[in-house]
Parts: sequence; C-alpha cells; structure tokens
Amino acid sequence: MTIELIGILLIMGATMLLAVPLGRYLATIYRGDTSWSDFLAPLERLLFRLAGIDPTREMRWQQHLLALLTINLLWFFWAMLVLTTQGSLPLNPDHNPSMPADQAFNTAISFLVNCNLQHYSGESGVTYFSQVFCLMFLQFVTAGTGMAACVVVFNALREGTTEKLGNFYNYFVKSITRVLLPLSLALALVLVFQGTPMTWEGKMSLVTVQGDTTAVSRGPAAALIGIKQLGTNGGGFFGVNSAHPLENPTYLTNALENMGILLIPMAMALALGYYLRRPRLGWMVFGVMTAGYLLLQLPTLYLEMHGNPALTAMGIDQRLGALEGKEMRLGAPASALWAISTTVTSNGSVNAMHDSLMPLSGMNTLLGMMTNSFYGGVGVGFLNFFVFIIVAVFISGLLVGRTPELLGKKVEAREMKIAVIIALLHPLLILAGTALTAYLYARNPADYAGWLANPGYHGFSEMLYEFTSSAANNGSGFEGLGDNTPWWNISTGVVLLLARYLPIIGPVAIAGLLAAKKYTPESAGTLRLDTATFGLMVFFVIWIIAALAFFPALALGPLAEHVSIGY
Amino acid sequence: MKTHLLPAFRLTLVLLIVCCVLYPAVVWAVAQAAPGHGQGVQVSHKGRVVGFANVGQKFDRPEYFNSRPSAVDYHADGSGGSNKGPSNPEYLSTVRTRVSEFLRQNPTQQGSVPAELVTASGSGLDPHLSPAGAYAQVGRIARLRNLPEARVRALVAAHIHEPLVVFFGPATVNVLELNLALDSLANR
Repeated sequence: MTIELIGILLIMGATMLLAVPLGRYLATIYRGDTSWSDFLAPLERLLFRLAGIDPTREMRWQQHLLALLTINLLWFFWAMLVLTTQGSLPLNPDHNPSMPADQAFNTAISFLVNCNLQHYSGESGVTYFSQVFCLMFLQFVTAGTGMAACVVVFNALREGTTEKLGNFYNYFVKSITRVLLPLSLALALVLVFQGTPMTWEGKMSLVTVQGDTTAVSRGPAAALIGIKQLGTNGGGFFGVNSAHPLENPTYLTNALENMGILLIPMAMALALGYYLRRPRLGWMVFGVMTAGYLLLQLPTLYLEMHGNPALTAMGIDQRLGALEGKEMRLGAPASALWAISTTVTSNGSVNAMHDSLMPLSGMNTLLGMMTNSFYGGVGVGFLNFFVFIIVAVFISGLLVGRTPELLGKKVEAREMKIAVIIALLHPLLILAGTALTAYLYARNPADYAGWLANPGYHGFSEMLYEFTSSAANNGSGFEGLGDNTPWWNISTGVVLLLARYLPIIGPVAIAGLLAAKKYTPESAGTLRLDTATFGLMVFFVIWIIAALAFFPALALGPLAEHVSIGY
Repeated sequence: MKTHLLPAFRLTLVLLIVCCVLYPAVVWAVAQAAPGHGQGVQVSHKGRVVGFANVGQKFDRPEYFNSRPSAVDYHADGSGGSNKGPSNPEYLSTVRTRVSEFLRQNPTQQGSVPAELVTASGSGLDPHLSPAGAYAQVGRIARLRNLPEARVRALVAAHIHEPLVVFFGPATVNVLELNLALDSLANR
C-alpha cells in the first residue's frame, strides 16, 4: 500500500501544477484582458441583454452587496418552491415525495450558501427535477457568487484610491461561463465514460445472481457531480456521495474528482497575485494555505493507513489500512487524501464515511473546517484568509510600532472591528451551537436517543462536527447523526445563513473601505506582505484564533477518543 | 433593492436555461456514446440482467465469494455506511462476531482475516474485494463446489484488476465478475 503514496503525491502535485495556469487565467478574465475564452463573449452579451444588465456599470461596495443579497434571496424562494412541491413536478420516475417544510428550509439554505449539508438521501429524498433545476442550479450560481465577491476584494486592493469596484453581474456571469461550466463539463464527460449514469430513467429492479430482488437507483448524476466537485459545493447525487460506486466508479474518477475539489480554491489564491500584478503576494497566500493543508493531510494519511488499533487487537489483517466506511477501489490513502481536501476547502463531498475515520483523522477534518481558510471555498476561502491578513497586519503594525498598513492603505479601528467580529463569529457559532445541543441531549438523553449513532466521546464529536460543518459551509457530516429533525434542520439552517453572508459582507466592506482611502506608495518603512516572515505571521494568527479556540471541544471529543482506543 | 430585483429575476431565468437545460443536455447527448449509454453498465448472464458492473450486490451464500458486509444490505436504491466510530463497543463486538463467523465458515484460513471482510463499506454497495479477501475464501469454495483448490485460486488470479500504472490505487477483484466466472467454471 505504501506505493500508493506515490500516486497520492502525484495527484497533489498535478493539482498544484494545474492551479498555476488556472490562476493566471482567472486573473486575465476578471481583469477583462483578452483571453482564449473570448469566443464565449457573444454568449455572455446575449445573457446580459436578456437579463437587461449593463455589465460595464461600475458599482461601489455597497451596491455589490445589495446585488449579491437580492439575487440570493430570490434563489431561496425558488429552492423552497421546488423542494416543497417536487412530488407533483415532472421528472420524478421514482415517485419521491415533496419535502416537509423544515427539511426544505434546511436544504434550500444549505445549497443557497454553498454548503450542501444534506439532511435527505439523494435516492429517495429528492426528484430529478429538484436535483437539476434546484440543487445543481444553486451549485453553479452560489460558486459564482463566492468568486464574484472575492474578485470585488481583489479589485479593491489595487493601487490608488477608488470607490468603483467593477460590476457584480460581470464577475458573477464570467465565473460561470468561463470557469465553472467548461471545467464541470470536462469532468462530467470523463465520468460518463467511466460508468457514471446520465439518464432520466428511474431506478431499475432486478434479481441478483444469488436470487435476491433489488433495485438500482440512477439518474442525471454525471452533470451534477461535475459542478459539485468544482464549485466546492459537495452535495452529492446519491446518499453516500462519492463513496457511491456510480458517483465515483474508478480510481481515475476519484483522482479527477479530488483534483476538482482543490483546483479552483488553489487557483484563486494565486489569482490574487496575478490580478494585482504582485505574483509574490499570491505565492505567499498559497504557501501559507499549503503549509496548513499539509499539516492536516500528512498525519491523516498515516493514521488511516495504519488502521484501527482496536481491530488489530482482534487479529484482523489491516495491511490495507482502516477500511470501515471505505471503498476497496479507492483504498485508505485516497480516502484520507479526500477527507482533508474536502474539509479544508469547504467542499464537503466524501468518498469515505467520516464518522468511521480514526479519532485524530476526524479531528483533522474538523480543524480543516475550523480554520476554513487553507484554500477554503471557491472565492470565500480567500475572503476568510483576508480577514486573517487584516488581523496579522494589525498585530505586526503594533509589534513594530507604526500604523498598520495594507498595500498602501491604513488599517484603522473600523476595519479592525469588522475583521475581529468576523474572525470570532466562526468559533462562536460552532461552540455555542454545540454547547446548546449537548445541553439538550444531556438533560434528556431518552428523548434525543435518535440523534447519536455512537456513545461517549464520539457522540460528542458527531454534534461538534455537524455545527462545524454548518458554520464552515462545508456540508460533510458524521453521518451517523440523526439530523433530519426540526431541531437540527432549523438550528443548522440559521448557523448556515449567518456563517455564509456575514463572512462575505465583512471582508467586502473592509476592502471597500480601504479602497476609498488615501494611497501611500510603498517605502522602505512599509510592512511587506509578500514575504515569508509575514506568511508565518498569518499562519500563526490563523492557528491562534481559529484553532486554539476549539481546543477544549476537541479535547472532549476526538482527543479523548484517541487516548481511549489503545494506541 | 428594487433596482436589483428585476435584473436578478431575469438573470436567474436565463441561467436556468444555460446551466440546467443546455449543460445537462450536452452531457446527456455525449453519454449516449458511452458504455451503458449513460444508464449504468449492466451485466447480463444467460440472457437476463443480473446486475450493474459497478454496483456491488449481496453474496452471502457460502458457495459464492462473499461480498463485504453492508450497512444497507446491498439495497442499491438507498446507499449508506455503518457510520460506526472506531471506539464504539457495540461496533467492535459486531466485528468480533464477523471474525468468528468467518473462521467458522473457513476453518482452513491461515493467519489473520483481511479487514474488508469484517468491515462495512462506505456506500454499502462496494463491488470489490482485495485479492487477499478473495483468496481467503478459496478453500471454502473449492470444498463446497468440489473443485480443486488450485483451479479456484487460478480463477481469482485471473480476475485481479491491477492498479492503473502501479501506484494509482489498490488492486481489486470485482465480486460479481468473479462469481459469474465461478458459476461458468462449475457448469463446465
């Protein structure tokens, strides 16, 4: 199995190599420079004409946010409408019912905020119409929303003083037509040739070789899987997501889907540098993100390949690693690679059951979501990182005793207040949510017995994971949790909303405020951001704010379980 | 907000057409040229469809190579893993039972039991075993089917799918494929 590690390293390396040209390409199209993809310009012009939008109209940061929030609100109503009536809509060959209101609320919000937490199972909980016209639609547009918001921040960091930050619809539509659609199409086409279904036929009943009757679910899966991987959405077509042998049929599809998870988030970090024509800055961001990612990835690979010590004690051959909740065609190393890829990026698709990961692997997936800025979601990953940059600039400024400056703009009290509120919002939502739920459970364990699939420390981890995943807009789960209840649907729904929009509004506001300030060209006394020293500073700020806040909770869950399991 | 509402509404409509009609239509059209025509690759035996190549099915009769334990009993219209944590005592006792059951059925098994035979897969529909997982069942099958062990062993060896370019993934055996070959072998 050790030889598989070479394959894993090659997959990681190939993704990074592809991210460099993609980062350049992103910068080119967002700057509006000429690019090979300009053949799509007539299509975009047609879209804008039909929508009655002038894509050249410059917007201030407030207008950007207003445009973003308005269109998002509209999508929420569309999603609620489809999900609560899907039973009577067309494209429902399996006759699946409409969703009850609380489940529809949770699902609509969770796809609206690019989280894709799923309190339903794809085979029985939604119809093909919902999968395509509601869920897949939201996977495209919410990824586009995140990328557009990120470009507004890029734009605001340019030299000079301005209030005009480009056009929201322009960034948004280009993200879809020039990036998400072509890449999703490429991935979807590989998938259909590897055996993933793309059909409107319902499930097929058959009698197996040894005579059992079963039915095999199918559907228009390939198209959805393409965008689900690339848009850091993660909401799978089938219940078990990419662990399902039709959703992820071979090791090749697994490698490509895994690359799809990381590609755009990596490229977005590099795009910052190319966009501002400060490539070193992009590399600083990318370097910090990669260091954080590897710090979580490498131990997880080791732990999953090492197997469960409690099973080794029974004399079970675990030469292939820990296999509970894993698929044989993928194996333990590729499952460990995916587990961290999907949690550092807020993707949330899974190819193995996270509930059955080794305790410390589970902790690493949690930490990926708790930091939520090592690559992060498409667009929003950099927005989270940007908040930490602001905090690091401020602390560095205080350390050397001069006014903190970010790329020639003074960072003052107002920006700092926003940054700190956003940075602390994440731990607040996770810890308060988990604490409240743990209290409810502890007070009345008989009533809520259906919540937890595992007793003890691991049960606590299940609750912690659900809130972490919601607040990080990740969408993966310790799926043993009985989460389709009004409490879970509504509480995580609220967390999802706050954790999506505030971390977009905050950084865009900071960037907008900075953009309008007086620009002082860099001098010898300026704090240089594109250095390893500053990178290290950001790295520690992230760990101190985002990780240490969670240490007590992690000690009660995965750490305690690790110690109890017999390592 | 009013000024943004109408453009947002119209943009949503046109994007629904691009992302939810045109894009899936292209994928669907290309899928017609793919194996299985985008409906999943079906496997037929003696003129009837007995399963899908990629979807695992239940084999728990002792005269067949058994597939892995499944949390959903191989019901392929509702996938699922066990979601048991690694320290769960109830889970550990389930695994212990599976180990002793395997040893009872395969008394000739030497050494430890391959992990996949006593752990549930992620999807509950895992179509594969590792080569070791298949070899571990050879003795039992040869005995029950009155076949020489060497022949059954050779059959397994012939059905190992080696990884793509050595290091991309583990070697696997497709249980459905192997069992169909086993049936034809026994019929001859």
